[in-house]
Amino acid sequence: MATNTQEIPALLDVRDVSKAFGTVQVLRSVSLKVSRGEVVTVIGPSGSGKTTLLRCVNFLESYDSGSIRIDGKEVGFREGGSRQRRGERDLAAMRAETGMVFQSFNLFPHLTAAGNIMLGLTKVRGKSTAEARSIAEHWLGRVGLGHKADSLPAELSGGQQQRVGIARAVAMEPKILLLDEITSALDPELVGEVLEVVRGLAQDGMTMVMVTHEMAFARDASSRIVFMADGGVSAIGPPRDILAAETDNERLRSFLARFRASHF
Amino acid sequence: MGYALNFNLIWRHFDKLWGGLLLSLELAVISIAIGIVIGLVLAVWYVSAGRMVRGIIAAYVEFIRNVPLILLVYLVFYGLPTVADLAYSAQTSFIATLSLYSGAYLVEVFRSGLEAVPRGQMDAGRAIGLTPWQRLLHVRLPTMLRITLPALSNTFISLFKDTSIASVISVPELTYGAQWINFNTFRIVEVYLVTTAMYLFTGYIMLFSLRLLERRFRAAR
Amino acid sequence: MLGQIIYALPFLAEGFALTLWVSFLVVLFSLMAGVILGVGLVYGPVPLRWAVRIFSDTIRGIPILVLIFFVYYGLPAIGLHLPSFWAAVTALTLFKTAQVVEYLRGAVGSIPRGQTEAAMAIGLTFRQQLTSVIFPQAFRRFLPPWINGVTDAVKGSALVSLLGITDLMQAINQVIGRTYEAMPLYILGALIYFAVNYTLSLASRRLERRFTFIRE
Repeated sequence: MATNTQEIPALLDVRDVSKAFGTVQVLRSVSLKVSRGEVVTVIGPSGSGKTTLLRCVNFLESYDSGSIRIDGKEVGFREGGSRQRRGERDLAAMRAETGMVFQSFNLFPHLTAAGNIMLGLTKVRGKSTAEARSIAEHWLGRVGLGHKADSLPAELSGGQQQRVGIARAVAMEPKILLLDEITSALDPELVGEVLEVVRGLAQDGMTMVMVTHEMAFARDASSRIVFMADGGVSAIGPPRDILAAETDNERLRSFLARFRASHF
Repeated sequence: MGYALNFNLIWRHFDKLWGGLLLSLELAVISIAIGIVIGLVLAVWYVSAGRMVRGIIAAYVEFIRNVPLILLVYLVFYGLPTVADLAYSAQTSFIATLSLYSGAYLVEVFRSGLEAVPRGQMDAGRAIGLTPWQRLLHVRLPTMLRITLPALSNTFISLFKDTSIASVISVPELTYGAQWINFNTFRIVEVYLVTTAMYLFTGYIMLFSLRLLERRFRAAR
Repeated sequence: MLGQIIYALPFLAEGFALTLWVSFLVVLFSLMAGVILGVGLVYGPVPLRWAVRIFSDTIRGIPILVLIFFVYYGLPAIGLHLPSFWAAVTALTLFKTAQVVEYLRGAVGSIPRGQTEAAMAIGLTFRQQLTSVIFPQAFRRFLPPWINGVTDAVKGSALVSLLGITDLMQAINQVIGRTYEAMPLYILGALIYFAVNYTLSLASRRLERRFTFIRE
């Protein structure tokens, strides 16, 4: 896939974002552009700021400086560079434009699989229960759980729960889908079924930013890979460049070497 | 409003409150000491006993926990001597009641503590050749005590507050002292302000020192 | 002896009805006040949180009996004249409210942070997060201890007898005053209280087991 992101206006535009937790600098002037339909995976050692970056994109975390725009609109702060936080309703509306899938699923345990998906559709999108139900059933079918619509999360396996988590996010028709280590909490034999769903979404043209440790998946499914280290973007490019063994990026080389040693 | 606070009369009779506070503490300390013995014995017995004994212990615990303390106090002080040849002071009677009362709560505390001791600990004790008694004494009880210490502290503090019920059978503890001053001086608001402050202050000191003790106990192991 | 007690039964029943009435009012008022203050404690602005924290810690640090005397004798002194019945209900409500505040805080606090984040991520507003995600889950953790705590209202209500209110406790004392049959009457009274409270604790335990099953 050609990556001439300069010409097409980016769907997600992260510019010079920095953030500190107390004295620890977790993001150092991070910039990243993601075009419509792109699948970008973010890799890097733990503590490199991958997850924090993702959480800044839908403003689950605030950031100290820089800007994050989706479709040209600043996400967390009001327009005009005043860094005035958006109002609570305004933020909620912005967040509805981004979908997020969590490492720990975070399904609502008191709602069925369909209920989890319908909540946002009825409360945020204002759809009727019947309409929301048919959308939920459609997406559950897409993730291979059409027969589990009325099961509670507790009655589903980890892999099934995460597939519901994905369906819940995409049913809202977000402009961009954020996936935060979505297979890390799963037993190894359940990882495949979840990644299969993500692959299908990629083929449909869903724009995605995905933090992951699944290198094989990153290699096969992403248009670009971002390597983060120490809160900054250390390398960025197409998979074959980033995952090449003979990279001259010292940190990336040692990360990949350690990774190969433990995973292959 | 038109009520002018005047604490002079309170300070004049402060010995009633101070002496009352000391007696309240005494009642709480003696009762929890006896209660701990009752609780420990019954809890250890419970976890190793058959259904009959378990049923009897459970009946004792549930009965005490579901009846108002004031009724138990009346029952032991006014009721019991009418059917048994017993004679005791109000104070002794109250200590007996509060001991049985705290014992019932502590059986529950200790029983769940004993059940919370990981099986592996007992297996390890068996593996190094300890007898059942040695396992109980050196492995299970110490671990259980560490687990239950916070609950034990809370029971003690609420027991201290429960000593106020002793005033209904004229044991001269803190609440009784407050009542006495109330009826003799009519400085109502003042006396209850001071009494409340004394309960709160003592309770906080207890809470603070017990938490400190718990931390030290945990650190020591 | 038995005849005298049977003769007194209607009188005891009246007392028992009053005990239930006091308990009911206290449970009702404290539930309303406690939930409002509890939400204030968890989500309110800092000054409100502090105020509720101080209220709850203070009330829970005072013996109920002292609280009852304070309200009963103290309020007239500042110009508020409540009949003894309402003074007792007020004092017991204060005591129960502090409890409900803590149950609520515990229940809401036990909901994992990820639930709020997931609710935010699909674009729910704060109010929607509470009503659709947090409260339905917190309710299951609130209910068992709350029902069990109703026994504290019933037991605490026995103290209103000290203000001369003829509840079950006071009715028993009065019958003993006439019949001198102390032991049988105290045991009868204990069994009545036990029946009410034990039923409540059983219900609480059963609910807890059922909700745990749903949760896992």
